[in-house]
Amino acid sequence: MPEVHRKLERNAIGFVLAIIVVSSIGGLVEIAPLYTIDETVESDPNMRVYTPLELAGRNIYIREGCYACHSQMIRTLRDEVERYGPYSLAVESKYDHPMLWGSKRTGPDLARVGGKYSDFWHVAHLINPRDVVAGSVMPAYPWLARNPLKISDLGDHLAALRKVGVPYTDEMIANAPADAFGQASPDASQASGVTERYGNDTTVSAFDGVPNRVTEMDAVVAYLQVLGKLTKAAKTEGAAGQGG
Amino acid sequence: MIRQLTSGERRSAATILVALVIVGLAMAAAGRADTLGVHGAIVFLYSLVLLFLVLSVIFDPEPEPSRLSQYYDDPSKVGIVLTMIWAIFGMGVGVWVAAQLAWPELAFDAAWSSFGRLRPAHTTGVIFGFGGNALIATSFHVLQRTSRARLADQLSPWFVVFGYNLFCILAVSGYFMGITQSKEYAEAEWYADIWLVVVWVTYFVLFIRTLARRKEPHIYVANWYYMAFILVVAVLHIVNNIAVPVSLTGAKSYSIYSGVQDAMVQWWYGHNAVAFFLTAGFLGMLYYYLPKRAERPIFSYRLSIISFWGITFFYMWAGSHHLHYTALPHWVQTLGMTFSVMLLVPSWASAGNALATLNGAWHKVRDDATLRFIMVASVFYGLTTFEGSFLAIRPVNGLSHYTDWTVGHVHAGALGWVAFITFGSLYSVIPWLWKKKAMYSARLVEVHFWLALMGTIIYVFAMWNSGILQGLMWRTYNDSGTLAFSFLETVIAMHPYYIARAFGGLLFLAGAIVGTYNLYMTIRYTPEDATEKAAGDLPVPGRGEAVAAGE
Repeated sequence: MPEVHRKLERNAIGFVLAIIVVSSIGGLVEIAPLYTIDETVESDPNMRVYTPLELAGRNIYIREGCYACHSQMIRTLRDEVERYGPYSLAVESKYDHPMLWGSKRTGPDLARVGGKYSDFWHVAHLINPRDVVAGSVMPAYPWLARNPLKISDLGDHLAALRKVGVPYTDEMIANAPADAFGQASPDASQASGVTERYGNDTTVSAFDGVPNRVTEMDAVVAYLQVLGKLTKAAKTEGAAGQGG
Repeated sequence: MIRQLTSGERRSAATILVALVIVGLAMAAAGRADTLGVHGAIVFLYSLVLLFLVLSVIFDPEPEPSRLSQYYDDPSKVGIVLTMIWAIFGMGVGVWVAAQLAWPELAFDAAWSSFGRLRPAHTTGVIFGFGGNALIATSFHVLQRTSRARLADQLSPWFVVFGYNLFCILAVSGYFMGITQSKEYAEAEWYADIWLVVVWVTYFVLFIRTLARRKEPHIYVANWYYMAFILVVAVLHIVNNIAVPVSLTGAKSYSIYSGVQDAMVQWWYGHNAVAFFLTAGFLGMLYYYLPKRAERPIFSYRLSIISFWGITFFYMWAGSHHLHYTALPHWVQTLGMTFSVMLLVPSWASAGNALATLNGAWHKVRDDATLRFIMVASVFYGLTTFEGSFLAIRPVNGLSHYTDWTVGHVHAGALGWVAFITFGSLYSVIPWLWKKKAMYSARLVEVHFWLALMGTIIYVFAMWNSGILQGLMWRTYNDSGTLAFSFLETVIAMHPYYIARAFGGLLFLAGAIVGTYNLYMTIRYTPEDATEKAAGDLPVPGRGEAVAAGE
C-alpha cells in the first residue's frame, strides 16, 4: 500500500481526483435514492400549501432563528408521541423549503402546536413569554406586534416557491397580497377569497387581535396555528399515537 | 505590505476593487427597499477602503526582485491577526448567547440582539471567521514550507483573504438583520454564497498552482488534508446552497430542497462541514506544527494514509445520524450509524499517530505550553470522535438528540480540538512569520492554556450534566404511567448548568483575549531574531539566489 500511495502523492491532479471520487460515494448513495424511491414520502393528494400569510409567518420564524431552539420533528419514540402527538411524517414537510426539523429543543417541539393554544395566548406569549410561562427562557418579541407586515411582494414569494415545486396556482400568486390581508381581517371583503383558494379548513382570524391591520404578529401566529394541520396523514397512518 | 505587489499586480487589484465598488453600489441601489441594500453598502465601503489603500501606493517603485527568493508570508500574517479578531468576536457573542439562556432579559428591545439572531453570528463567527481565517493563514504557510516553493503569485492570496472575510462579514451582519436561509452552518443567503464560490475557486487554483511549483517530489500529508478541506467544502457548499432567489433585488431565496430530502442534504453538509472544515483542515495544521514544534518526525506514515482515506471516505456517509427516529427512511439512518461507528478507526489512528509522535518529547510537553496546546488538542480529538461515534448509535441518540449533550459534544470538538490546535499552531508560527525569537511572553501562553483548558472542561461537564438530565427527564414516567415532567420543569432544571456553561465560555474567551494581547506585543515589541536559523527559512533554490517571477 505505501508504494502505491507514494506514487499517488507525487501527482497533484491524481490526488485531487482521488479525493473527489472517494468523498462523493457516501452522499450519492444516501441522497439520490431519496428522490427515486417512492415510499420515501407518503402521498396525500389533499395536503394544502401555506397561505401567503402563513408563509410570511414562516419566513419571520426563519428570520428570527426560532428553529435554533424549537424542533418540528416528533420522533418515533413513545414519550415524544405522548408529549407532542403523532410522530412526524415526511409528507408533512414536503412543501417546506427549507425544512425546519431543527436540531435542538431548548423549547418544546412545535410540529403539532397548531390549535393547541389560542391566538390570544400566542400573542401574549410572543410579547413576553414570562408573562404566561414563568421560568421560560425564550426571548421576547414585542416588535412583531408593532411591525406592519410587508405583503406587497408575497406574489413573488409564491412564484419562487412554484419554481422549486410547490403547487401554487396562478390565481394564488396573483391574489397573494389580498389573501394575506384577508386572512387576518375576517370582516374584510378579501377574507372570502382565502377559503376559496386554500380550503374551508383555513383559519381566517384577526390573529393579533387587531383586524384590518396586518402585522408580523398576525403572520407568525397564523403560521404557528397551522403547524401540523396541513395534512391529516399523520393521524390516519394508524400506528401513530399508539406508542412503541 | 501593498508595496510588495508589483505595479501590475497593484493595477489588477485596483481593477478588481473598482469592479467590487460598482457591484456594491448596484446592490445598494437595486436592493434599497430590502436589507440587501445594506449589504450593498457594506460591499461598497469594504472595497472602497481597500481601493484607497491600493491607490495610495499605486505609483510607488517596483518591489525588490529579491523578494521572489523568499516565502510570501504577508497574507498569512494578516490572516492570523484576523483570526484573533474573529475569535474575540465569535467567542464574545457565544458568551452573550450562553448568558441569555441563563438570564433571558440580557437582550435589548431590538430584534438583532435576540438569541435566534445572535446564535448564527456566534457559530459563523467562530467556525468561519476564527476557524476559516486560521485555516487559510496556516495553509499558505504550510504549503510553502512543505513544497519549498513560494506562493504562485502575490495577488490571489490577498483576494482569498479579503474575499473570504467579506463573505464572513456579509454572513454575520446579515444574521443581525434577519437575513438567513436557516440552514445550520450555511445560513448566508444566495449572493454571499455565490461570492464564496468565487473566492474558494481562487483558493483552490492558488493551492494547486503552488503545489505544481513544489521542489519536493512528494506532497506532504498536511497538504492532503488542506486539499481535501478545500475541495470537499466547495462541493458541500455548492450542493447545499442551491436556491431560487425571490428577486434579484432582495436577499430572500428558497432552497430547491424540501422536507426529508432537504434534511438529508442539510446534514450531509452539516456533518461534513465538521469533517472537512473542522477536522480535515485542522489535521493539516496538526501534521505540520506538531512535528515541527516537538522536533520529532510523524510516528507512522502508514497510519497517516489509513486515517486520511478513512476520514475522506467514511465521513461522507455519517450525516444521517443527525436524523435518527425522524421521518428519514430507516435504511439511511442505519447507514449513517454504521459508518459513524466505523469512523472511529481512522479518527483514533490520527489521534494515536499524533500522541505517539510526542514519544521522546514529553519533557517538552511539560515545559512548553504551545506544544501542550497541541497535545491536548490531540487528546480532545480522540475523546470527541469517540463520543461522536457513541452518540451516533441510534438508541444513544434517542436520549442525546435535541439536548445539550449535542452542544457539549460540539464544544468538546470546537474548543478542545479546533481552538486548541489553532492556538498551538499560531503560537508556533507567529515567531517564525514575524522573525522573532519567541512569543512576547511564554508566561501568558501558559495563562492562556490554563484558562482555555478550565473553560473547556467546565463547559463540557455542564453540558453533559444538563443534556443527560434533560433527556432523562423528558422520558421519565411516574407510577400512573404518564409523563412525570412538563417541558417547562425540564427548562428550569437547566438553569444552574446554563450559568456554569456561560462561566466556562467566559474563561475561554478570556484566554483568547490574553492570546491576542500576546500576539500584539510580539509583533510590536519583541526583538527580531537575527540568527542563522531564522534567515534560513527560504524556498529552494536557497538563500540569496533570485527566483524568476512566475517560476
